[in-house]
Order: sequence, then structure tokens, then C-alpha cells
Amino acid sequence: MSENQTKPGDAQTDCLLSGKLYCYGDNVDTDVIIPARYLNTTDPAELAKHCMEDLDADFAATVKPGDFIVAGQNFGSGSSREHAPVAIKASGIALVIAASFSRIFFRNAINMGLPILECPEAAADIQAGDQLKVSLTEGWIENLSRQTRYQATPFPDFIRKLMAADGLVGYVRGKYDFATTEEAKA
Amino acid sequence: MTQKILAAHAGLETVKAGDLIEAKLDLMLGNDVTVPPAIDVFYRTGATRVFDQDRIVMVPSHFAPNKDIKSAEHCKKMRLFAAAQGITHYYEQGSKGMGIEHVIVPENGLVLPGYCMIGADSHTCTDGALGAFATGVGSTDLGCAMATGQTWFKVPQAIRINLSGQLRPHVAGKDLILYVISKIGVDGALYRSMEYTGPGVAQLSMNDRLTICNMAIEAGGKNGIFPVDQVTLDYIREHAPQAYAQKNYQVFTADPDAEYVQTLDIDLAEVPLMVAKPYLPENGQDVRLVAAADQAAIQQVVIGSCTNGRYDDFKVAAELLRGRQVAPGVRCFIIPGSQAVYLRCLRDGLLADFVDAGCVVGPPTCGPCIGGHMGVLASEERCVSTTNRNFVGRMGSPESQTFLAGVPVACASAVMGRIASPDELPELVKA
Repeated sequence: MSENQTKPGDAQTDCLLSGKLYCYGDNVDTDVIIPARYLNTTDPAELAKHCMEDLDADFAATVKPGDFIVAGQNFGSGSSREHAPVAIKASGIALVIAASFSRIFFRNAINMGLPILECPEAAADIQAGDQLKVSLTEGWIENLSRQTRYQATPFPDFIRKLMAADGLVGYVRGKYDFATTEEAKA
Repeated sequence: MTQKILAAHAGLETVKAGDLIEAKLDLMLGNDVTVPPAIDVFYRTGATRVFDQDRIVMVPSHFAPNKDIKSAEHCKKMRLFAAAQGITHYYEQGSKGMGIEHVIVPENGLVLPGYCMIGADSHTCTDGALGAFATGVGSTDLGCAMATGQTWFKVPQAIRINLSGQLRPHVAGKDLILYVISKIGVDGALYRSMEYTGPGVAQLSMNDRLTICNMAIEAGGKNGIFPVDQVTLDYIREHAPQAYAQKNYQVFTADPDAEYVQTLDIDLAEVPLMVAKPYLPENGQDVRLVAAADQAAIQQVVIGSCTNGRYDDFKVAAELLRGRQVAPGVRCFIIPGSQAVYLRCLRDGLLADFVDAGCVVGPPTCGPCIGGHMGVLASEERCVSTTNRNFVGRMGSPESQTFLAGVPVACASAVMGRIASPDELPELVKA
């Protein structure tokens, strides 16, 4: 998250989201998040240029660091392409709030460190222009504009462990000592 | 059944829905889009050698034959990694056993009943047809799993789809899965496993089961799974003779009192020929309703993909296209799902039937299904396709439209030049 756009709150992961809100409906699939015609690259910046292109042609041109996405059910459905959360993260989006996430997108977001919160109430209630304060660790979303507080589905301990390790790679690095194993084999 | 396979691979007596477990993997899979990022992840874990070179499958299937320089670089990166690591199941284009990932994994006998497998490709769920647990993941998951041989899962709840009766003529697995998705929606099985049971299961061929499990993801499902029966055993005897002879597989069965969050009872005879209209796979309807309401011209038909790209699919297609002609203004692409399927179609004369009928026959590739290459749609174009997704822009222009259907409807539509049921095809005049 860019420090200019988000200010630290009570805890380190609490932040004020004052960026622009991009509001989408149900079943935003990974083919519209990043169309397959652009999957001939893995460069995050290049992917970000085409993020949401088939759903919202203005997204890539207008999105700024610290902006956020609020969407309905089944966000990230379809293909397993990790290029989708990569594109969203690289476009500067600080957080995706959805009523629900498709399970592969959920995994990918946790694994590669795109902040997400699952919260049907927030997804239904939040409107464009609302200012939010959120705690990723505690999973609450405060809508400062509407003076409402929503509680997202809490992450299980194992998922928190993954998040604390900065994603799956960090977790695996901490758990396995490949160097020793390789030496032992040699 | 899914829970039992996961428990066995996590070294646990039992697991229950919602448990987070780490499970050992029998097989993992990736392609030219998902493997290149997975290779970077693999090295970032600190690993230098893959956990087991015999348990990783890599296939250049999506933008291969390479559509441009960037795709060629991805394929090259995967090829060099596979060579350096001695990956046994790397399938080069043109090599024996090559094809679309989900067509060749069962065809080459790589997946067996009781396996726990992942693939960095959402349609990995196809392999549940053999009584295995198979699910799609991302590149980070694959990269880490290549290093460790394990991954994490949240144990899913199960939906039971209880089948009875028999399918009507022309109706096949594709119609059944489109029918199921039309009932439960594209998130109807979100985070859940779709377990097929009942006396109707025995009526379904392995080809039907592969198609049905392939599209579990289109209902949001974590996996689809069929019980192991004689059809399964006959299939592995043919495709994995050594494993079959050594009984190198494990049959898991659902307990009679297994818990399901939902049960869907389906009489196979009630399933019509289906068409799913744009832009969601849940928009399925009886083809007769769709055809009656929409007589507009179509410009393209695609027959192939991991959903309907096996020999049985092309056999059905040839029976309907033989002696007929693709309508003027329609491009019909026939894409055998593997080299083996291609060769068998060639030897049995099916490719000649297709070419005679005015079809384009292409090499095994995912190309048109993902709007990648070899059949990309222009704006305002409408396509009837045996593939699995009809999202906005999936097969090309965001202003194009894809109608999902099974092979008989796709063939009839190609000949009629509009969405059509095979019942509408004019009788062939005997020469």
C-alpha cells in the first residue's frame, strides 16, 4: 500500500482507505480481470495496463495506489490464472472487498499477498465515494461516510499464518530448509 | 469420498468440512501460461530440485504452437526448466502423448483412482472422473508444491448429485453439467465438492464423466468426483495397464451416512440438449427454446477443448457432419484434444469427413477457447462452442458472444448456420 494514500491506524494493518472506490457486481471473472489475450506476459506492470479492460475500460487509466474494489458474489471466478490478482495488485488496488470470492482466486490472493476481505454486508452497503477504515487483521470495515461498521468473515489461523509469512512462499521458506536437504542428498 | 481421499493424504484418520490440512500430492500439473510464474516461485522458496520429477506434468497447450514471441519465451522457459529438472512428463508439441492437459492426463494413465492432485489450471477438476481428488490452484501453489510435494486445502463440504435413469439420444455429459449449473448457478458449489452418486452413474461413459467433472469449476466447485466402478476400472486397464495390473490405485467409497449440504436428484431422462447463452455458464436452456427465440446467424463453431476434445466427441461429430456441409458464412474448427485423438481420428477417416464437410482441422491446443489464437472472434460475432466458458471476451472481442453446447448441437448449428438441435438436420439423401 502506498503511504501517501493510506494512513496507519491503531494497528499496523489498520488503514484508512480514502482512495477511489471501484464498484462491481456479481461473478466478476478472471477473463475480464485480465483477458487471456494478455497472458503472454507475466510482467505485473504490463498486466496492470489491461486490468478490468473488458468490464471497465476506464479502470487502468484512472486507478491510483490506495484505491479499492468492492464487488458482489463469486469475485474472481473462472480461470486459475494468478495473473488476475497480480494485475489487480500491480494496478495499485489496496484491498478487494467482496460478498464472496471464487475459491482459486481466494487462494491466489492469500498466497501472493493481495489484501481481500469477504463481507456480504459491506459489499451490499458501500457506495461509490464512501470513506472506509479497515483492519485486515481483525477483519472489520468501518464506513466513515455512513457511520456503519461491518465484520468480515474472519480468516482461520492457518490463513493468518500464511498472511503473516507474507504469503505461501514465505511460509514454505520458513517451514522447509531446502539447503540442508540438498546437502544431505549430495 | 473427497474427505476420505484428503484425510488419507494428510495422514489423518478423518477430516471434516472446514478443516485446514496439508496434504501430500500424487500429481501436479501446469501449462505454458501458469508454469513460468511457478518456476520463479519455486526458486524463491529456496529449493533447487523438484520434490519428484515423476509426479509433475508440464504441457505447452495454451499459446502453443507459439502464437508470438512472448508465448515462445514462456514455452522455452518451461522447456528448459523441464530439461534441467528431468521432468518425466513434459510433453513437447508433436510428441507422443502430447495434447491439452486435461485430455492427456487421463489418456496417458497419469491419474489413478484415489489420487490427490492439483493443477495450475482451473479445469484440473476434470480428473475427478476417475475417482481422484483433483482441483485447480494458482502458480504460487504449483511453485511451492513442486518444491515440497504438498499443499494446503480447506476440506470442502459436499453436494450430492444423485443420478437415475438414462440419457436420451444425442444428450451427453455436457448437457448434464450445463443442466446442473443452470439449476445451482455459477457459485452454487462454491468451495464445495460435487459428488455424483446413484444408479444413473453406471450409464455414463468415462468421456461423459470427464466432461461433467471438467465443468465443476463453472459451478464454483472445488472438485467433481465420480465413484470408482467397472467403467473406471476398464478405463485404467486400457490407459494405465501397468498400474492396473499392480493394483497401484486406491478405491475410496462414500459412507452410506456421508453428510451432504445439498442433494440434487436428477433423472437423466429429464436432461434436454442444452445451450448456455452469454455471458455465464449458468444461462443454460433447452436448445429448442433457445433456437425458437434466436434464429440469428452464427459465424463460428468450435468443437474440441478439455471439455469435449476426446475421440468419442469427434466420433459423434463425424456421424453428424459426414455427408453434410458447414453453412456458408460459418467457420467450423475441429480441434482434437491430443496427438492420440488426432491420430485415431485420422486413421478412422474422421478427419476426411470433417474436411469434406468444410471444417478447419487444427492441432491440439487451448487456443480458441481462451481467445488466444487459432479462432479468435471479432466484434458482433456469435459462436457455438463445445468449450466451457462464455464470459465477456472469453473467445475474443468483448463484443462477441459464445453459446456453450455439446457436440451434437454444435454440429447441427454449424450445418444450419444458426443455433440448432440435431433433430432439425435434414435427412441425408443416399447417393
